[in-house]
Amino acid sequence: MSWFGKFAYRWVVFVGIVVVWQLATAAADDPFFPPPSTIANTIYHLWLSGPGSQLFLTDTVYDDVFASIGRILLGWAIAAVIGVAIGVLLGRSRTAMDYVNPLFAFARSVPSPALVPVFLVLLDIGTPAQLATIVFGVVWPILMNTVDGVRSVDPIKEETARAFRLSRGQWLLGVVLPAAAPKIFAGLRVSLSLSLVLMVISELVASRNGIGLQMLIAQRAFDYPAMWAGIVLLGVLGYLFNTVLLMVENRALSWQPERHTGH
Amino acid sequence: MPTMLEVSGLGHTYKTKDGVHNAIGDVSFTVNAGELVCVVGPSGCGKSTLLRTISGLITPTVGEVLLHGDPVRGVPADLAVVFQDYSRSLFPWLSVQRNVEFPLRTRVSARAERRERAREALEWVGLSAAGGKYPWQLSGGMQQRVAIARALASRPSLLLMDEPFASVDAQTRFELEDLLLRVRAEHDSTVLLVTHDIDESVYLGDRVLVLSKSPGSITTDLDVNLPDERDQITTRASSEFVELRSEVARLLHGGEPATRPSPSVPDTAANDRFLAAERAETHSTSDT
Ligand SMILES: Nc1ncnc2c1ncn2[C@@H]1O[C@H](COP(=O)(O)OP(=O)(O)O)[C@@H](O)[C@H]1O
Ligand SMILES: [Mg+2]
Repeated sequence: MSWFGKFAYRWVVFVGIVVVWQLATAAADDPFFPPPSTIANTIYHLWLSGPGSQLFLTDTVYDDVFASIGRILLGWAIAAVIGVAIGVLLGRSRTAMDYVNPLFAFARSVPSPALVPVFLVLLDIGTPAQLATIVFGVVWPILMNTVDGVRSVDPIKEETARAFRLSRGQWLLGVVLPAAAPKIFAGLRVSLSLSLVLMVISELVASRNGIGLQMLIAQRAFDYPAMWAGIVLLGVLGYLFNTVLLMVENRALSWQPERHTGH
Repeated sequence: MPTMLEVSGLGHTYKTKDGVHNAIGDVSFTVNAGELVCVVGPSGCGKSTLLRTISGLITPTVGEVLLHGDPVRGVPADLAVVFQDYSRSLFPWLSVQRNVEFPLRTRVSARAERRERAREALEWVGLSAAGGKYPWQLSGGMQQRVAIARALASRPSLLLMDEPFASVDAQTRFELEDLLLRVRAEHDSTVLLVTHDIDESVYLGDRVLVLSKSPGSITTDLDVNLPDERDQITTRASSEFVELRSEVARLLHGGEPATRPSPSVPDTAANDRFLAAERAETHSTSDT
């Protein structure tokens, strides 16, 4: 199949549903369900009709959309650093995990959104509280997957590393992390999707800007096309994040037989 | 010839959940520089434990290991190990070239020199063309050659090999045995190799140390008086070879050392039983 053929094949169902949705909503003429064409038009006016000096993006893209994206990526990155660092430490220690496991099991069971009020009291309304919500919510899949991956390092590789007198740093960076990388990436992917969810929830509760806040404002003003535009934007962002991370993952793990392409 | 390795009164006991397990009893021997010494013993008699203590990977419960006269505490810098399980000891995320290069970081700081040494070591084992491949893209025998190259690249004064050819098919094993003989002749390496394969120990060794059943201890130190030039067909067919392997088989079976040089009269029936048992074991444990 040609490149275009493959592309069309993968997207045909999606396009079909959009067409049906368009016809159905146009026929129903319900203000709560605007047709996709209206949503597309709203998207254009809301975000893509800015001046050339701003790359045709409107102010709200800079003030709200980028603020939200920044929170997702920053929160996720902080969680990744914390999760991998603690995960490696705990995974390499035989007993440490036994001690903290009950604590972790409890902490993981607390839904992160439930902590938003706590973070609001402790931290500033806005970015700090939102970052705390995201980090607390998404650190667990990364941490637990890292522990798992680090524990699964083959004892023979450990013996090999010792036989070659690798330093602690060479052992951790050159053996433990690569061996755990497939598991770590699995955790990172779950966490990235979760970051998006927690970003929206935290912005719906307490925020001075962001995609979530703008959707809330639109909903309260009965501006349903703008609300739907926000939903579409979140879908697009989630899709893009996942696609980019998958590309990075496929590159980083290209040594795996099942991912290997050419040579 | 100067003494390279001196093992005296070595014994090791593992502490396990359900008590203690005495893996090696009382082992003493020396290896001279330039020698290839084979230790042969049945599965589970403590061969791997012996190599682990000699390499400093574990500290023996009793006894002492001296390398160049210095006591071994921790893995010495000029020692390299080849493990049986190449697929688990190679790093799958590194290319063949990088696998050989990576451990050199501890001793060679210049990247260019590491690359050159790895390239050279791969050439020694006939894998110059495979440097860019990943280990899983190679056959088992080729993977073990990568592991051998990795060990040789550090130019160790003592090479330890733990049943290095036990996980490959017979044809490949012969090739790898000859490769080892060629490489050690070219580089004048000192090698201590453990195996449960009687024929292999006789074919490869300048000397064969026979280990008793668990807890292993050395019952005999046998000189292999075969010519240095060995050949899979003619050497194995020679009467000296056949006699030696019968002698080793008899000793493994608990026989007393023959008073040499009078040629031993092998107990053929016992030999055959032992060899058959060993073969069965080799097949059932070849993937462990
Ligand atoms: N880490 C260990 N802990 C406890 N027992 C062990 C350990 N490693 C090996 N053993 C036991 O010690 C004995 C000798 O093992 P090993 O040295 O691997 O023998 P071989 O290599 O000759 O097959 C075996 O009975 C084995 O079960
Ligand atoms: Mg063994």
